Parts: sequence; C-alpha cells; structure tokens
Amino acid sequence: MARYFTEDHEWIELDGNVGTVGISDYAQGQLGDIVFVDVPADGRELSKGDEAAVIESVKAASDVYSPVSGTVIEGNPALADQPDLVNSDPESEGWFFRITLSDPSEVDELMDEASYEAFVAKL
Amino acid sequence: MTINQSGWRPEMTGAQSQAPATSTGNKALMLEEPLIFEIGDETTTGVDLSAQTTGAASRLGGLARSAPIGLPGLSEPETVRHYTRLSRQNYAIDLGLFPLGSCTMKHNPRLNERMARLPGFADVHPLQPVDTVQGALGVINELAFWLMELTGMHGVAMSPKAGAHGELCGILCIKAALEKRGEGQRKVILVPESAHGTNPATAAFAGFTVENIPATTEGRVDTDALEARLGPDVAGVMITNPNTCGLFERDMKRISDAVHAVGGYVYCDGANFNAIVGRVRPGDLGIDAMHINLHKTFSTPHGGGGPGSGPTVLSEALSPFGPLPFTARYQDGHIGLIEEETAGEDHPDSFGRMTAFHGQMGMFTRALTYILSHGADGLRQVAEDAVLNANYVLRSLEGTLDAPFAHSGPCMHEALFSDDGLPDGFSTLDIAKGLIDEGFHPMTVYFPLVVHGAMLVEPTETESKAALDQFIAALRSVAERAKAADASLKTAPHFAPRARLDETAAARKPVLVWKERTPTAQAAE
Amino acid sequence: MLRYLPLTQPDRDAMLSVIGASSIDDLFVDVPEEARLSGPIAGLPNHASELAVERHMTKLARQNTVAGEVPFFLGCGAYRHHVPASVDHLIQRGEFLTAYTPYQPEIAQGTLQMLFEFQTQVARLLGTDVANASMYDGSTACWEAIGMARRITRRGKAILSSGLHPHYVSVAKTMAKYTGDQLETSTPTFTADTDIETLIGRIDADTSCVVVQYPDILGRVADLTPLADACHANKALLIAVVTEPVALGALRSPGEMDADIVVGEGQSIGVGLQFGGPYVGLFGCKEKYVRQMPGRLCGETVDANGKRGFVLTLSTREQHIRREKATSNICTNSGLCALAFSIHMTLLGEAGLRGLAEINHQSACAAADRLAKVPGVTVINDSFFNEFTIDLGREARPIARTLADRGILAGVSLGRLYPGEETLSQGLVVAVTETTTPEDVEAFATALEEVLA
Repeated sequence: MARYFTEDHEWIELDGNVGTVGISDYAQGQLGDIVFVDVPADGRELSKGDEAAVIESVKAASDVYSPVSGTVIEGNPALADQPDLVNSDPESEGWFFRITLSDPSEVDELMDEASYEAFVAKL
Repeated sequence: MTINQSGWRPEMTGAQSQAPATSTGNKALMLEEPLIFEIGDETTTGVDLSAQTTGAASRLGGLARSAPIGLPGLSEPETVRHYTRLSRQNYAIDLGLFPLGSCTMKHNPRLNERMARLPGFADVHPLQPVDTVQGALGVINELAFWLMELTGMHGVAMSPKAGAHGELCGILCIKAALEKRGEGQRKVILVPESAHGTNPATAAFAGFTVENIPATTEGRVDTDALEARLGPDVAGVMITNPNTCGLFERDMKRISDAVHAVGGYVYCDGANFNAIVGRVRPGDLGIDAMHINLHKTFSTPHGGGGPGSGPTVLSEALSPFGPLPFTARYQDGHIGLIEEETAGEDHPDSFGRMTAFHGQMGMFTRALTYILSHGADGLRQVAEDAVLNANYVLRSLEGTLDAPFAHSGPCMHEALFSDDGLPDGFSTLDIAKGLIDEGFHPMTVYFPLVVHGAMLVEPTETESKAALDQFIAALRSVAERAKAADASLKTAPHFAPRARLDETAAARKPVLVWKERTPTAQAAE
Repeated sequence: MLRYLPLTQPDRDAMLSVIGASSIDDLFVDVPEEARLSGPIAGLPNHASELAVERHMTKLARQNTVAGEVPFFLGCGAYRHHVPASVDHLIQRGEFLTAYTPYQPEIAQGTLQMLFEFQTQVARLLGTDVANASMYDGSTACWEAIGMARRITRRGKAILSSGLHPHYVSVAKTMAKYTGDQLETSTPTFTADTDIETLIGRIDADTSCVVVQYPDILGRVADLTPLADACHANKALLIAVVTEPVALGALRSPGEMDADIVVGEGQSIGVGLQFGGPYVGLFGCKEKYVRQMPGRLCGETVDANGKRGFVLTLSTREQHIRREKATSNICTNSGLCALAFSIHMTLLGEAGLRGLAEINHQSACAAADRLAKVPGVTVINDSFFNEFTIDLGREARPIARTLADRGILAGVSLGRLYPGEETLSQGLVVAVTETTTPEDVEAFATALEEVLA
C-alpha cells in the first residue's frame, strides 16, 4: 500500500483502486482542537480538488479537498461522535472517507511521504 | 492622655491570599446563581391573573394542550433577585471603558430610554390606521431626514433590523439596479481582506461571487490592484471606511469614480461612521449605499447583543430600488406609509419587503433623541473627540505594543495593535484576559484578520481623559507582564466570575438546553 | 458644552500635544480635501438640552393614538399584553442594557446564562429539541427557516400556506428572488377551514419544506400532524410559524405535532407593541439539524476550575468565521428583547402562562359571541385562540377608519393586508387579550352596530 500527500495537507492511502483520505499530523496540529467533522456521504461523486469535507475547530472552519477524482464509498462514521480522533490519530483512526478512484493516474501528481516531510519542513 | 481600651482594634494580617472556601460558593458580592430550572417550579407564578371566566366553550379545534410545557415560575421577588444577580456577572459600559474596536461602545444616554418608553411610541400597534400614528411616522421621517443630511445621500431605507440586514438591503439594491439595467451578468463583488465577515456573507447570500482585494503595507485597500480587477463582470465593491485597521481610505473618491466608470456600484460598510459623523459626508465620496448602525454611532443600547438597527442610506441611482415600507411627507404635512398597495405607482422598482413591519421603531426614537441632543455641532464634536481619544491611546502605547500601522499617519476612531514581539507562548488572548483582571473589558481581538494577533481598541468619545489614562496604564502593565513572560497571565482572569471556559468541550458535545439530571443519569456520568 | 462629552478643552490640548498634532484637523489629514466639511453641516440645528428634546419628542408622541387608552383589537403578528413592571426595571439594569455580545464569557455570564435559560424556555414552548438565542423577528426567522430547509434537503421549492402572514410571505418572496428558491404561495380563502388538505396534495419530490402558520392569519387552528406526516413521507420538512406565543399556553405545540423547525414572533411575551420593533424572533428545531441553524447559540460548559459556565458555541456556522460560506449573514440577535421575553416567562411560569392563555381564549370566545350578534356580522372561524376573523358584509377598511375616528381601534382589515383581493376585503381580524375588558367589547359591538346600520 502506498501513501501520498497533497500541498493542502490531505493524505491518501491506496489499496488497489480504493483510497482512504485524511489530513496530516501537521495539519491537525495547525488546526488545534477539532470539534466537528462533516464527511461526505456514500455515492458522492468528487472531482480532484472538490470540497469533500468540512473540519471545524472552535474558532475556525476549514475545507478538506479530495486529492483524487472518484466515488465516495463511505465517510468515517466514528468522527461524528469522536472528532478528536483527528487530533489523536490523524493518519490512521482519524481518516475522513474512502473513495473509488476513477483515474488512478492522478496520484502521480501527489507527493510521497518523504517529499511531503520536506515540503512541511519549509513551511 | 487617655487610652480607650474598649471596642475593636483594626488589624491587618496581610493579604488574604489563602481565602477560605465558602459553603455557598459565593464570594461576598460575587454571588453564584442557579438556573431558573433548578429554583423554580411549575406551580409558582409571579403574576396575578384575574379569575375572569366567561363560561364560553373552548374553541381550540380539539387541539387543547394536554402535556405540560415544563416552564418553571418564580415569584416577583425571586425573579428580581435572579436577574439582578445574573446582571452582576456582566461587564458593561456603565461599569467602565469598553474598548471593543468596530463596536463603538459609547455611553447610552438615559434620556433616550425615557423617550422610547413614552406610551405614544411604546404602546402603538404597527397596523393602526396611519391617521392614528402620525407622530410615530413623524419620528421615522425626521430621523430619515437627519440621516440623509449627515451622509449627504439621496434616500434612506429605514426598515433593516441590524447592520448586516442593512448590508443586505444595500446589496439587494445593487442587484435590483443591475437587473433593471439588464446587466445581471455582473456577478463579482470585490471585498478587501480586512472586511467584516458579514460583507462576504451578505454578498454570497445575494448570489454574488466574492473576490478579495489585498491591502497595502500601510493598511489601506490596494487601489491599483482594485482598479486592475475592475471590468464588465464586476457588480460593485464593499468597502469599510474608515476601515477596520482604523484608517481612513484616502483613495475612496478615486475608487468610487473607477467603479462607477466601469458600471459598478459602491457599498460602504458604515460600521465606523462614528469617526466621521458631522465632519465627512459619505455622499461626497461617491458612495451608493451605506448602512448606519444606530446602536453604534447613535448610541442605542447594545443590550447584550441586540437588538440593532441598520438604516441604509442610498444614492440617487439606488434609491428607486429601496425596500418597502417607507414614509413620505405630503405637502399638507400628513405623513403616509408607502406599502405594497401604493408602491406600484410611487415606487415600482422596489426590491420588496425585508421585515414584517416598519423597522426598529424603539431604536428610532432613541437615535432621534440622541441626534437632537447633539445637533450638528455636537455630532461634529463626537467625531473629533472619538478620533482624538483613539490617537491618544495609539501614541501612548505604540512604544509598548506593536502598532503595525502607526507609521501610516493618524488613526481614526480606533487604534490597532498586535502581539508581535511578545515572548513565545504569549499572545493577544493573554493580554485580553489580563485586562479583565484589571477591571476592563478587552478590546476586539484577532480582528481584522489581516493583522496577526490583532488588538483593536476603540475608546469612543464618551471617555474622559482620566479614564483613558487609567486604561492606558492598565494595558501597559499587562503588556509588560506578557513581555516578562509572567506565567500568571496564562491563567488569567483570576478575579472574574469564571476562569477561562472550555469552548472545545462546548462545541464537541453541544448542550444547548437544560435537561433535568436524574439520579441515574448522574450515576452513569 | 455637551452633556455626553467629558473632555474639556485643556484635556484636548494636552492630548494633542502627546499625539504631536497641532490641531484636531491634523488628525483628519487623510480625508480628501473635497470631502472635508469646514464646520457643522448647514441647515441642521445645534445641540439641545434634555428639556428641549423631551418637549419635542413628547409632542410627537402625543400625535399617536395609544393602544392602552382606547378599546383595542389589533393583532395579526403583534399583540397587546400586560407586561409586569419588574420586566422593564430589570432590562434597564446597565449590566444588561449596556453590555455587548458575550464574546468574553468570563465577564458575560449574566447574559450567557440568561440566553441558555431563554433557549430552554423557547424550545419547551415550541416543542422542539433545541432553540437559538433569538433572531431579528418572526418574519426574518421564517425566511431563515426556509433557507435552512433548502440546505438540509438540498431542494429548492418551498410551499407556503395561504394562512401565513402576508408580510412574512413578502419577506420570503424578496429573499427568494435572490437566492433562487422557488416559492409556491396563495391567498387565504374566507372559510372556516385551513388549507392543510390542499398543502398535503401539493408536496412532491422537489419540495424542501411546507410553511404553515399556527394559529393562521385568520386565527384558525388546525392539527398539523397529517401535514407533518405528508412532508416526511416525501423527505420534506415541516416549518411551523407561531406569531402569538401565548397561544402555546393553551394549544398543543407544533413540535408535539412533529414539525421539524418551529419559528415564531416572541413580541407578545415581555416586549410590547413599539410600532413594530424591535421584536424577538424565536427559532427552534430538531436536534439533528442544529448545525444548519442560523443565529447565535449559547451552550453549557465548565471553566478551568470545573465550575459550570456558558459560552457562545458552534460559531463556525456564523459569518465572522465562515464568511461567504456562513449559514446566514446575521451578526446580532435580539438580546435585550430575548431577556424581556425570558423574564416575563419566568414570572409567568407554567401556571401563569396557562392561566393567561385561558383568559385570552375565554375573552376572545365571549367577544366573538357578542360581535356575532351585531346585525350583518358573521364570525368566519370555527376554531381560534385569541384572534378571529369577522365578515362585515361590506368593505371593512372604511369601517375600521370610521371606528378609529370614534376612538375604537377595531382590528386589522384584510383589505390592508391583501390589497386588491376583493374576496377578502370584507374581513376584519379581531384580537382579544387579557387587556381587553368586557366594556371594551361592548363599546366595539355597539359602535359597529351603529356604523353598519
């Protein structure tokens, strides 16, 4: 399985044609205490760069963009009751949604883990 | 000499740093107060109702209430005590300087309150025949006249209920004017980065696309960038002047002319009108629409967050599109109310009605009372003293706190500082909470967004020099403590009715109404 | 010189020297020359004493007919009720009157706790799970509810009952022009029956919501349960509008009948007539929709010492954070009017509100019976709370004017609310509250007999 990152701090982990999307540890640290996450519903069609989810801290609301195009399979149901999973485990239990990719070649434009780390280090 | 050995002897045993806990949780004059749901019950009432039964049959259509509502009642003395105790947990202008930038927390004259309560204004129904409300319509008409004169504008819509409602009024006028011209393709409203959040929210509501215009390093709109963006898709601009950095937009007339030249309109957010009232008329700057917060410039009480009132002055180009209803004075002195019925003849292009009745009448009587009290000369003095007080604060503190635009010239009615230069771990929030312990309401914090850690101080003209000096000394002291990394600031306020509150918990699991905690529920928690 | 301005000239001079300016004009240097006024605006009078201003305002006030001084029967969205003296005393305490929005919760617990109590009182009254900290008024709350239904259902067609206050319909029409919402509206029929059945027949797969007033503009009351069921069967929402909250002391609440959003005009409780404003919009809904609500919300939490306290919460819905993506552009609520509502409701309590509602209803029943005996007058309603519609057999508006000349404010003529609607022009909507005496009713009925004779 391979993990890729965007410059907007989303990550996507690929398992065949299915990707799991979340936000990076760096991003959750910038946002502070997460109080609410609105994840996309099953079946929603997303294009790369579409606003897919909303993430709220006490004093800020941010949009999470889809790193790829495709169809949403499921949003993470655990986040409704435990939005703090995004703080405590952003790159695993705190995932946002799973998506079936319509164009797997889109991930070629994303960063791998090492490039993302270098990218963040410069911010 | 004789020494009297009887009676008590004053004794000072040092500061009471180890104050004991009280059994009530009260601390002398700081009184804890439960919720009405915890002290009231469903049989107690504080009103006496005449036992007026006529014996007529119930005609409630079979829908008589059977389930209890769950409303606790208190007797009058308990009610008075409950709300009096609650009131004492609030800071207020009546208690001290309230320097919230962009909010214009000035003294609320009590004559205004007395006038608003005259039965001829307070006890009049909005749908009474117009012949029976000539005085009430007279208030609206007279206030409208003053607002037009003070702003140099052609018309005024009186019905908007608050500032944001007035913004909506102005933007809908622009939309209606464009549609009338057949230019509905103009979809873009340009808004500076420093704008109040209501500006983009309003424009988006009306179906416009919002594009941001950057600010210069001076803290003003980047006029060149704005002009470069103008074109046939631009409906207009929304500009706050004086702006939220506390500066006058020097290029306002140039901006207006440029926007007009490409067929757009100019909306001015009038939140900061207090700085220029009586000295500058927005109409002379080419403004097409501007809302006026009566609760700011014209001293109607803020009331813990409303009600506001947002009359919106309009240029000749936009006046035909203003909302219903409005008043009109006829030659015989009679004042009419133009509603849907007669609008067809007199006002066919109106965009429609924004609220059920005629606007915030109770605020109109207060604002008119304030205006008549000050007059043309007094209002001019208001602006001058407001600006003088703000500059005094700015220059007194610019050596203590970072003042990002102090180099840009005099400020208007508010002074902007930032937390730049404070040690790691100390920020605007700590300054604000430290000021609470000094007995002041904090300034506006983290706004405008263009300045990191912004602190916006608006003292207003109703503060004396002594009050300003005390505030300046307090803010300086708190800033020095922050610079010295005084850890006690991180847990401020120490002397308020509550310490810092857990806003994260409140937002994660919202508890918005009171629910009875049953013993089992408590056990489960 | 001016009683509200404390600076003296020596103060001003001293401050200018600290600033380093030679005159006040130096501080206005950024205002372009052509926009600077050299002196007070010409044509406006100068400042005036308290006494002079009081004389002027009092003269204007005397040109109005005061509701409390005549037999008075107007309603249609604003009602005259007795407000206990302590309400006005308490809302004038400076700590409430001259406070701001509670953005610094440590020193605003008074306002915040009051709002939390208000939200709970409103939710219980409307029968909803939650309620917000108030809106501008009933008409704007109604429109906001329609917008909220669109966001929830992602559908754009709202069906408005013919019994909805025509000004509320006008406000919604104004806003819908710009948001692209489609509104289906109609005018009421002059019958005892409401349009619930018709509304049910019009719901389809594009319907976001049905908006129904309870009691409606003519005072009629109908069970909303079948309408709620029909809405939900089509995945649409039911919005109920209550313009007379005292009615809910006697009637089942819309929430009990499964309405999804209930909005109202709270003016009846604590606020007074005030020629139309400021009033206080009530807004409640089912808990699952709370994040789509407009307006401010107060929530319970704890402070750093574990003590219960209150804060404004879920503010990410609001304009100052979400800017162009906010649920609404609203920035203020109607705080002081909400306080007046809450204090009056606390004084009433369950027993007081139900007693008050009973008196209103009984008085209205007696008035309807008396007016029905006036030759030429027919009462339209089978059901009502404290407001009903009478058919005068001829145009009602001139008759209301004639009665006003005789010192009786007789009711709201439907000709004023529905100009051009011939079928309604004979209607007069009559409201009767605890402030109406049997003598008032008799004076009205007698005068009406004479005018109609």
